Amino acid sequence: MNAESLALLLAATLNAGTVVALASLGLIINERAGVLNLGAEGMMLVAAIAGYAASVHTGSDWVGFGAGVLAGAVLAVVFGWLVIWLNTNQYATGLALSLFGAGLSAFAGIAYTQQRLAERPHFAVPGLADVPFLGTAIGHQHPLVYGTIALAAALAWWLTRTRGGLVLRAVGESPESAHALGYPVRRIRLLAVAAGGALCGLAGAYISLVYTPLWVEGMVAGKGWIALALTTFATWRPARVLLGAYLFGGVTMLQFQLQGQGVQIPSQWLTMLPYLATILVLVLISRNPIWIRINMPASLGKPFQP
Amino acid sequence: MLRLEPRAAPSKALTLLSPLIALGITVAVGAALFLVLGKDPLLALRLFFVEPLKSAYALSELSLKATPLVLIALGLSACFRANLWNIGAEGQFILGAVCAGGVAMHATPDTGHWFVVPVLLAGAAGGMAWAGIVAALRDRFHASEILVSLMLVYVAEMFLSYLVYGPWKDPAGYNFPQTITFLEASRVPRLFAGLRVNWGLVIALVAVGGFAVFLFRSLPGFQLQVGGLAPAAARYAGFSSRKALWTALLLSGGMAGLAGALDVAGPQGQLTPYVPMGYGFAAIIVAFVGRLNPVGIVFSAILMSMFYIGGEMAQSRLGLPKALTGVFQGLLLFALLACDTFIHQRLRWARSRHER
Repeated sequence: MNAESLALLLAATLNAGTVVALASLGLIINERAGVLNLGAEGMMLVAAIAGYAASVHTGSDWVGFGAGVLAGAVLAVVFGWLVIWLNTNQYATGLALSLFGAGLSAFAGIAYTQQRLAERPHFAVPGLADVPFLGTAIGHQHPLVYGTIALAAALAWWLTRTRGGLVLRAVGESPESAHALGYPVRRIRLLAVAAGGALCGLAGAYISLVYTPLWVEGMVAGKGWIALALTTFATWRPARVLLGAYLFGGVTMLQFQLQGQGVQIPSQWLTMLPYLATILVLVLISRNPIWIRINMPASLGKPFQP
Repeated sequence: MLRLEPRAAPSKALTLLSPLIALGITVAVGAALFLVLGKDPLLALRLFFVEPLKSAYALSELSLKATPLVLIALGLSACFRANLWNIGAEGQFILGAVCAGGVAMHATPDTGHWFVVPVLLAGAAGGMAWAGIVAALRDRFHASEILVSLMLVYVAEMFLSYLVYGPWKDPAGYNFPQTITFLEASRVPRLFAGLRVNWGLVIALVAVGGFAVFLFRSLPGFQLQVGGLAPAAARYAGFSSRKALWTALLLSGGMAGLAGALDVAGPQGQLTPYVPMGYGFAAIIVAFVGRLNPVGIVFSAILMSMFYIGGEMAQSRLGLPKALTGVFQGLLLFALLACDTFIHQRLRWARSRHER
């Protein structure tokens, strides 16, 4: 592999990793508050078509991203209202959201399978874009790729260094104590769920607008579930989410690299790789249940009624 | 202000009424959706709830679609009762179809009709093996069965695709991604001449009885449910949680695999990339709407089957996309979960005690 193709692989890795990183950072927010949302896949699908449709009609990707964020947040609020106020089972409700999102996006997307987006903008970081190797690897990325890294840093700081982050974690670790201290546990949880949905929505819109700029039914292809696995892998820490997401992106992109190198493996086996890698990572990380229990928000998945 | 408070005992009436209320909500939203889309809601609803019951042919198609849903949902009901979240039944269905297909392709024109038995058994074994991976990783490494079972759906889809585009492709199939059409010996016999409904329906009904006995009249079934409801009590009673894990997952994998086998050895007749039709996911909804009860599952599978057939008819007669079915399925589960809240809780008018 020469330097040029390595740089291209790095660029593709960052691009693919951004999708799962965005979603997983969002899921960390609501899981740190004690709410498990298995509906990530559904929110991302609906956001992908919402973003795509908005971009087709307005010609602006940023409106598309806005639509995706809004779609994700709205679905998350519906989910949040059910699990936080009506105390429905978090597993079942999240699953319902994923199934509903798959159906709704397929239905809404039919009119858009033939539509094309406006010409894709090309990005270049001034001063970096022309540097050999680095320019190809990181100089021409979508602004959201850098934004995701900044977001991870900001989230890590917010969770551990601010009062707001402390309250969020308190709600996730011991909602009873947080309630006794006078914090509105349910409202905080709903906000956290909405924030998680918004970021999943951003990730979904990134898929249909940047990653594979078109709309295909079911195009999220399990990335929402992989993002959920990633939160455990990252032990609910933003920096490790980035690491895991880029690892995942690397595995996803390796298949194209291998095909480009003329490796004689049927494409289906290569497409399996990210899913098998996710299982492998889950197995490795879950081997030590005590370590998971120490790191997991103590009230994750458990309802709270004041 | 209105407050939710726990009931002293779960409401029996609401346990049964809740699916009906949820169906009512789904129908109401559906009718509104049809109005928005500019279609006559009464006409559209007729396609979903009347047409699938109108003739022998329609009933045959209805039961053909309900059969895999019943089989998969029965297995899932055991899993969900044990508090195990196997959401990858779709993958187990595919593996069942693949293994059944692998055996079915070996029939020759001289093979007797007994050959369908090993075909179906291979399917059940395939589904069991696929769910067995989930059980093994959960048992040995504590890996989440939710995520592992779901990841394996994508792996199974790719495996099927590899087979039908690669080694199993019909050499005389004009390069279409499909296997040979299975010979008569490996096909599930039909019940009535001229109708597609086959012995799968009988198998499903027997399975309903079998599951009713297993869940409500057998020790392993009881142990499994205690483990789901009260893990501490199960431990104290000496019920093995590992045994429950393996029982529930192998059982549900086997049922999903059997459903896959019946589908390819029945109406489909060959393996194609279109074998996975979402039955594995729809069966999750069937299991919940059927109250995780074998008899309830029969009714909810019929309902879900109506959604499928209604969606197809809405496409052919009203020009609406078939994807409507998925919207209604998701909506039904959402509505059901919301209604179920009131089984264990009730609304009370309380003096404003603000939650700060």
